[in-house]
Amino acid sequence: MSILEVNHLSVSFKQYTAGLKQSHHKVISDLNVNLEAGEILAVVGASGSGKSLLAHAILGILPANASVSGVMTYEGEELTPARQKALRGKEIALVPQSVNYLDPLMKVGKQVRTSVQTGDAVQAQRRVFERFRLGREVERMYPFQLSGGMARRTLLSTAMVSGAKVIIADEPTPGLDPVVIKEALSHFREFANQGCAVMLITHDIESALQIADKIAVFYAGTTVEIAKAEDFAGQGEAIRHPYSKALWRALPQNDFVPITGSQPHPSALPPGCLFAPRCAMATPECLQAQPEMRPLRDGMVRCIHAT
Amino acid sequence: MQLKANDIGFRYENGPWLFRGVNLCIEPGEVVGIAGPSGRGKTTLCRILSSYETPLEGSVTFNDAPLPDKGYHPVQMVLQHPEKAVNSRWKMHSILNEGYHPDEELLEILGIEQEWLTRWPHELSGGELQRFCVARALGPNTRFLIADEMTTMLDAITQAQIWQAVMEIAQKREMGIIVVTHEAKLMQRLCDRVIEL
Ligand code: SF4
Repeated sequence: MSILEVNHLSVSFKQYTAGLKQSHHKVISDLNVNLEAGEILAVVGASGSGKSLLAHAILGILPANASVSGVMTYEGEELTPARQKALRGKEIALVPQSVNYLDPLMKVGKQVRTSVQTGDAVQAQRRVFERFRLGREVERMYPFQLSGGMARRTLLSTAMVSGAKVIIADEPTPGLDPVVIKEALSHFREFANQGCAVMLITHDIESALQIADKIAVFYAGTTVEIAKAEDFAGQGEAIRHPYSKALWRALPQNDFVPITGSQPHPSALPPGCLFAPRCAMATPECLQAQPEMRPLRDGMVRCIHAT
Repeated sequence: MQLKANDIGFRYENGPWLFRGVNLCIEPGEVVGIAGPSGRGKTTLCRILSSYETPLEGSVTFNDAPLPDKGYHPVQMVLQHPEKAVNSRWKMHSILNEGYHPDEELLEILGIEQEWLTRWPHELSGGELQRFCVARALGPNTRFLIADEMTTMLDAITQAQIWQAVMEIAQKREMGIIVVTHEAKLMQRLCDRVIEL
């Protein structure tokens, strides 16, 4: 069963340009994702594809000049701003991208304890630290005294003790050692195995595939494909969308050959299919309207020609 | 035109040695990887090779002479976070032309679009910004390029685009490249040989 559903989400930003003219930039359009209990959904795509904004939209922490439309539900009920606020950090937890989210002036043991909802906070914190191999001395340290890996495990501990049912992890691995990455990823698998739904936001398909059940591919602020992780294999024959295929083929262990061009800016989105300017399969029809997401071979795709 | 590290060693203050007795010799046109777990000083070694840091022991030579301490440095470095490497109060064309004036051809190979030049850094994505940082590092007198996790934050397509461009330019100019990355598959793809630190 889905714990969290996002349907037709759009997010735009109001911006003032020269002469106080207002302009609206649509940074997310018609985006759909589903999080299921016990599953890891990896959200992959280039920077600027709207991945982090989706996380912020779910948590209700978008900046004030953002306007949001579409429907999000949590356990079948609409996720209103009031509910987002009530659930944030309790049932829906963010594992942020940056360790700067830790309070620099509070000892980390205490920070983790403040996230505990029920029961003995000290005990819960010590148990989770033990599990993540953070020694007793760490609880009395300040964030600046932690190594990068320790800081990351502290952030994970915070999410873990909160007892959240939905964990959203925003780029938790870049620049880490393969060993540390593997460890971080296995923690997410553990979350999911305990019945949590995990959304893993990353630009790194390869890491994502190691643990994810499903992959959502983002492009220019929208979902272009939802696939099973197993579909990303071989020459990418089972992959549905031309962009996802291109992403797969560009990996160093595959062809390492990129398609040309770059993702359009929110201020200059092309008409019709957002991928059309870079798509080798594009036909005049593709320019008519943005294709809808449609089911295809046990997955979803936003492309009129995908088979 | 070799870049050589001769028995170099480094540590901070009175801390433990990060590394000692490191020897390295890179020929023009060669692509060499530096591998090793984090904390072994890969980035510090890169900083020493590009004269941002002085080794406590040993020396770095370029063409069998000490590296020049004035003028354009023949060893240039591109790092992981482009947003930290550019002045956020400058528009892109000023950032691009800070050290020298990259020509149209270079911009085209790197996929830098004219329209991006009038933007502020925060209006570009990480991949777009990184192309500028690469262009900036590829002045006509650059003989060696150090790519320290240069494409770690980028998606696979942007990563392949940037590397394809860099390799093409390196080949044309017989420029040497030092690659630091934790991604074993990328390392394998790019490098003629890999040194363990
Ligand atoms: S709809 Fe057309 S342009 Fe868009 S991805 Fe499919 S084939 Fe390419």
